[in-house]
Amino acid sequence: MSVIADSRRSADVPGLARILAGLHLDGLLLTSLAAVMAIGLLALYSSVGQNTWLVVNQVTRMGAALVAMLALAQIDPAWLRRVSPWIYGAGLGLLVMVLLSGDVGKGAQRWLDLGVRFQPSEIMKLGVPMMLAWLLHDRPLPPSFGMIITSLVLVLAPVALIALQPDLGTAIMITASGAAVIFLAGIGAWYMIGAATVALVSLPALWYFVMHEYQKKRVLTLFDPDSDPLGAGYHIIQSKIAIGSGGLFGKGWLNGTQSQLEFLPERSTDFIFAVIGEEFGLMGALAVLLIYLLIVGRGLYIAATAQDTFGRLLAGSISLTFFFYAFVNTAMVTGLLPVVGVPLPLISFGGTSMVTLLAGFGILMSIQTHRKLLAR
Amino acid sequence: MARKATATQSLLNSFRLRSHFVAACMLLGALVLLGRAVQLQVFNKDFLNEQAAARHLRVAQIVAHRGAIMDRNGQSLAVSTPVDSIWVDPQELLRVPEQIPALARALGEDPERVARRLTRNGDKRFLYLRRHMNPADAEKILALDLPGVDRLREYRRYYPAGEVTGHLVGFTDVDDAGQEGLELAYDHWLAGRPGQRKVLKDRLGRVVEDVEAIEPASPGRTLASSIDLRIQYLAYRALKGAVQQHDAASGSVVVLDIATGEVLAMVNQPAYNPNDRTQRDAARYRNRAITDILEPGSALKPLVVAAALESGQYQPDTVVNTAPGFIQVGAKLIKDKRNHGRIDLATLLARSSNVGATKVAMSLEPEQLYDVLTRFGLGRPSASGFPGESGGLLSHHSNWRPISQATLAYGYGLSMTPLQLAQAYAILAAGGLQRPVSLLRVEDPPIPRRVIREDVAQQVLAMLETVVGPDGTGAAANVANYRVAGKTGTARKIAPGGYADNRFVAVFAGLAPATAPRLAAVVIVDDPRAGEYYGGTVAAPVFSAVMEGALRILAVAPDNFMLEDSRTTLAATAR
Repeated sequence: MSVIADSRRSADVPGLARILAGLHLDGLLLTSLAAVMAIGLLALYSSVGQNTWLVVNQVTRMGAALVAMLALAQIDPAWLRRVSPWIYGAGLGLLVMVLLSGDVGKGAQRWLDLGVRFQPSEIMKLGVPMMLAWLLHDRPLPPSFGMIITSLVLVLAPVALIALQPDLGTAIMITASGAAVIFLAGIGAWYMIGAATVALVSLPALWYFVMHEYQKKRVLTLFDPDSDPLGAGYHIIQSKIAIGSGGLFGKGWLNGTQSQLEFLPERSTDFIFAVIGEEFGLMGALAVLLIYLLIVGRGLYIAATAQDTFGRLLAGSISLTFFFYAFVNTAMVTGLLPVVGVPLPLISFGGTSMVTLLAGFGILMSIQTHRKLLAR
Repeated sequence: MARKATATQSLLNSFRLRSHFVAACMLLGALVLLGRAVQLQVFNKDFLNEQAAARHLRVAQIVAHRGAIMDRNGQSLAVSTPVDSIWVDPQELLRVPEQIPALARALGEDPERVARRLTRNGDKRFLYLRRHMNPADAEKILALDLPGVDRLREYRRYYPAGEVTGHLVGFTDVDDAGQEGLELAYDHWLAGRPGQRKVLKDRLGRVVEDVEAIEPASPGRTLASSIDLRIQYLAYRALKGAVQQHDAASGSVVVLDIATGEVLAMVNQPAYNPNDRTQRDAARYRNRAITDILEPGSALKPLVVAAALESGQYQPDTVVNTAPGFIQVGAKLIKDKRNHGRIDLATLLARSSNVGATKVAMSLEPEQLYDVLTRFGLGRPSASGFPGESGGLLSHHSNWRPISQATLAYGYGLSMTPLQLAQAYAILAAGGLQRPVSLLRVEDPPIPRRVIREDVAQQVLAMLETVVGPDGTGAAANVANYRVAGKTGTARKIAPGGYADNRFVAVFAGLAPATAPRLAAVVIVDDPRAGEYYGGTVAAPVFSAVMEGALRILAVAPDNFMLEDSRTTLAATAR
């Protein structure tokens, strides 16, 4: 924990510390993010068959995402708080537009072409926690029953639109980010127990009325992948083999048979963790998990030391959601959770989520670096 | 104010508490993940490693090159050449349809047709584009580096001599395994041993990398057959001509080298082309000279005469009374074509008297006659080792009745293959020495075995020369400048209920040059239906043609040099 807290001391060179402070960047967070992205690029280069062009493509996205992070880090959280409702509103509007006129990619309607092709659901990954933090920041906490209901409505409206696309993974993630805000706002234990009960009770309803056939199949496959080894179970079987055959130290970079010989599907996107496990072994997988923990830990520290409720709730939600991302992806790739389309944060090939994630860390850095000296 | 501060403080405490709870939850989650990773990567490692290997490591066969079959002079009779088959994964290639025209051009086909074929098989993952093509052309297609296009290396067997050696050489199946003839008999020698190599294969089964050779392929060895392709061709042409001319059902010619026992030529009609798989039906590819048996008819008489001479009861000049030209044995009347009267053994053979041969055979001990015939190789397969060889039929003398001993004398009631007949005449020609028949080139002739007394063999040989003399039945077998010895045979074919009246097998068995025998040959023409049917008129001319060419090819010194003829020839050459 001390490492997470004393980042300023870790920057030994005073000049470097001053530059970081001047740019409103957090040294520890930046280093950890860079480390995980570097590992990601190595794994990506291997998983796309050493296609340099695709790696350059990803580096370009990372650059854009870092610019977004840098930009958001400069913005005072107070200003961010004021525009939160507008961002949320705009995101909601775009989601409606997607359903009406969006492009279809891989069987789902997620993309919107407004000069640049992007997924509006990405905006909501930040828009929902910002909205809730805005809603709750100047009200008495723990929130009243009415506030909780309002919050739930604000979460479920975009989630419903996203689930309709359908994009179950993102819907779950956004629900989680909203739930994180409500939880950190301090709702009572009874509310939580009640919510858990409602969730459990509604599971069968979800199963029979909401979930698509392919989604049900993925869940069932989790328990018995060998029931359909060439269909629904294919991903998970190949992925487990890839990770397990890596052993302690892995088969070596570019030497994974499951990934290099194309047995492992989606190896550069959702299943890239299996490539890391196969080529770098338990040590590599462990290193990635540790860096993720470091990032989340630093995020939670920033949340705990934030000076206002908005910052505290938002930083906590962003950190928790990031952890949730990493956890769901790695659990899915190792066969602990059903296959949902959640990429491995900062590592999987793909653009929009990279920008959203680093924008979130930009907000974290802004909250950390815009603190004013206050008397207790 | 104080109250608000307290509330804020408690809220902050609550937030910290929740943060710790959250951190604990996360650590728990991380531990679960860690445990899972350890479970997979430490405890299940061996199993999952095996699973990974099972997916990409394969043992591939290395095809061994099959050895060639040669004639005795190194001419190719069967050779394996590498061929490539180009195949495609339509699903892969259809992702880049703009590449299809380039592929079609390389194949020399219409781009639209190729595209249609690919689209029609769009759900498949394997499609032959072209089978058995020239490797150089296949290389050009592979050089285009199209996705999903790959090659399969195979070997294809070619038989350069085609029909001429088809029966003898046989053929292989699609897996390059011998099915008939020498290809089958010497499969273990020709086939070699396929090697094994460990390869990396990707998801689509393409070989990505050779990991290691477990065992290199050892190529098959070359087989040098005893055949002389020149004589083989000559025999093929002469036999085919005779079979066509006489509208015969089938025919065989066998030429043996007397000094070594090697088969220099062995042809049959009808023939087939082993390069054409559609021609492969047993009636055509059967090597009748070895697998089919026939009653030799009068061609057997010299062996009976040899038995008579060996018994001591007969001398070459012993006279046999064949008057009145027929003899009653049991219920059967045995006839000559006319009354030959009192004749010696040489005349008996030259006129081919059935009555004379019957009288001679009936006067011999069954045991002794049987013994001589078996020593000539009757009743058991020769040493050729050819698949499906028949040993003929010769019943044991203890089962003989008078009538069977009588019919045996002129070649009925027993049967033999053309090869056995040739072998018997080769024994006579070699002065009673027997050498194992061989379909392979003989480097060191084995020490021959004496089966017939030399003086007896010489005496029979001298008699056989008179058969092809001007008064003999086999005059048509003569060869200019060489002295020939031989015997005709015209056997009635077996038909339902006995022997057919008008269906025959024409036989000629003989050797040359008579003074220093070098070659023995047998000609069989089965069921000639157009015009002549006698051995002396149908089979003997074939013998003459084959022998004349073979003696010339082998540069055998003439033993009947006619000055008059040679002067004419010399003059013709000079002119």
